[in-house]
Amino acid sequence: MNENWTLFKRNLSDFWKAFRRNRLGLAGAFLVITSILVATFAPLLTPHAPSDIIRDEGGHGLTFAPPSVHGPLGTDDAGHDVWSQLVYGARISLMVGFMAGFIAMFVGSLFGILAGYFGGRIDNLLMRITDILLVIPDLPLMLILVATIRQLDLKISPLTVLIAVIGLLYWTSTARLIRSQVLTIKERQFVARARAIGAGHGHIIRKHILPQIMPLIVANTVLILSTAILVESGLAFLGLGDPTQPSWGTMLNFAFDRSAITNGAWWFYLPPGFAIVWVTLGCVLLGNVLEEMLNPRLTAHHLEGDQNMIAVPAKGAE
Amino acid sequence: MNRRDYLLRKFGLSLVTIFVVVIINFLLFRVLPGDPVRAVVGRNVRISAETQQALREQFGLDKPVFPDQFFDTLGQWAQGNLGVSWSLREPVSDVLMSKLWNTVLLIGLGQVFAIILGVILGLLAGWKRKTAIDVGALTFSLIAWAIPTFWLGIILLAAGSSWFGLPTGGIVSPMNVGKPLYTIIPDVARHLILPTFTLTILYLGEYMLIMRSSILEVLSEDYILTAKAKGMSHWQVLWKHALKNAMLPIVTLIALNLGFTVSGAIYIETVFSYDGLGKLFQTALTKQDYPLLQGAFLLLAVSVIIANMAADVLYAVLDPRVKES
Repeated sequence: MNENWTLFKRNLSDFWKAFRRNRLGLAGAFLVITSILVATFAPLLTPHAPSDIIRDEGGHGLTFAPPSVHGPLGTDDAGHDVWSQLVYGARISLMVGFMAGFIAMFVGSLFGILAGYFGGRIDNLLMRITDILLVIPDLPLMLILVATIRQLDLKISPLTVLIAVIGLLYWTSTARLIRSQVLTIKERQFVARARAIGAGHGHIIRKHILPQIMPLIVANTVLILSTAILVESGLAFLGLGDPTQPSWGTMLNFAFDRSAITNGAWWFYLPPGFAIVWVTLGCVLLGNVLEEMLNPRLTAHHLEGDQNMIAVPAKGAE
Repeated sequence: MNRRDYLLRKFGLSLVTIFVVVIINFLLFRVLPGDPVRAVVGRNVRISAETQQALREQFGLDKPVFPDQFFDTLGQWAQGNLGVSWSLREPVSDVLMSKLWNTVLLIGLGQVFAIILGVILGLLAGWKRKTAIDVGALTFSLIAWAIPTFWLGIILLAAGSSWFGLPTGGIVSPMNVGKPLYTIIPDVARHLILPTFTLTILYLGEYMLIMRSSILEVLSEDYILTAKAKGMSHWQVLWKHALKNAMLPIVTLIALNLGFTVSGAIYIETVFSYDGLGKLFQTALTKQDYPLLQGAFLLLAVSVIIANMAADVLYAVLDPRVKES
């Protein structure tokens, strides 16, 4: 245990040494971390609740008021503070995106490991499912699923429906990636040796396969997050969000439906979009850099005969 | 695997996928609460108990869900009978057909511009690798990926209408409604500028990236070196040897992208109130018009599946390697 811990710490510090020289990766991490901080500390960043109506000195509600002392991003059609909606909206957008992303990651990794490790029928079934899901146009499918599930009156919150539908449709690329990685790992000598001394499937997967593919799963999850957040914003824009818990996509749905554009209220329809680009760009940059650094396939020769958890790329390491 | 096996496998997979889509559509139709007769005549139409019973028998709703109802529905769909729209009180298939060509026009224009620009820019980026063009192209496609489609549409709508006086939505101006199309071409073109531009930006990034990596791969082949050794100029090498071979992935990407294209159409048509299938889908969604939603889903999904199969066939025809291996 102690030995593992030292190894892990050494790997982590090696990884950090390489990572901090990668400007794109740092930029991505910055974008992601700031958005998480904003979502976490939303109440500290604004004096108003998103549902508060902003009034001027005379007590009149301010509708479509441009940025001023009353609010850094002005107000919407009903006089709500846009900045407050934006920082509280971060909570909804990130929550839905992260939960859906984690479901996709979990399902994809599970399927990928099972298919890659056991092969045969499971593998065949998985590959056919991903083939089929790949071809069916995803947005119409999600729209029709969400619309029908809503109609069923199951007493599930709209956000839960969104999380489930996104999470259960976007796992196929992860599954394929993990599968191909598991296929190569299970042919390695240490797996053959473990099997020869009588290790069971569960033991081999947990102790030998999982540690090897964990870095890849982490990198892929970050990439999936960006897709999930983008997709959530789109579904919410089309009116499938929860109006009582507006995400950034819901804000844009409101702005569009309540003619913020014809009123020239740019402070209402620009910020939520910038926020979405901020997070998705951050996730894409971070995810790509992590994948480049952690994907053993890209740096395979550094890993041969080495049991390191994290592969250190050739360039940038000392 | 020879070419025949390859095509047969792809064909079989497409059939299975269409079957899955049909089953999803059928199941969703059945789990909706309320009397299925309502799905046929609409929610708010008053009908007597006798009529209701007669309809139930006519549509076979008194029979078991499987196999009778399932195969009856299947037969109806195969004949193009997709039920009646709740909100429009018209047969779903008529509604769909009336919007289809508007969407085909919009998507077609966006794709053509995106492919032309994407091939040229991707070629330049790959050829002049690691220069400003290349970095610019990569940055562009990264940002184009991260921007939500509908938000890009909103920005372009706001900018285009206030700075360039372009129309904010629709296909024709109110004064031109009902006139024959050839007399109002300039007006229609003005309405198409913004949505087409948005779609072009949306699709461009991927074509550019694929073309770039494809040309990089081709340029590392030995026959390129041979061509250069023969004394051909860079342009000649690119035009005569590299371009044709690098285009292959683009051909398949066009069809494989159709699912993505459909999503784009739903967002863009919603933002620009463009009277096509995407806008129809969004309207059906907000009005909870289920027969219309499912008809539209069936049409979109089946077209995408068929386009994918066409891409596979085309690929097998164009790429001799499929035959050999």
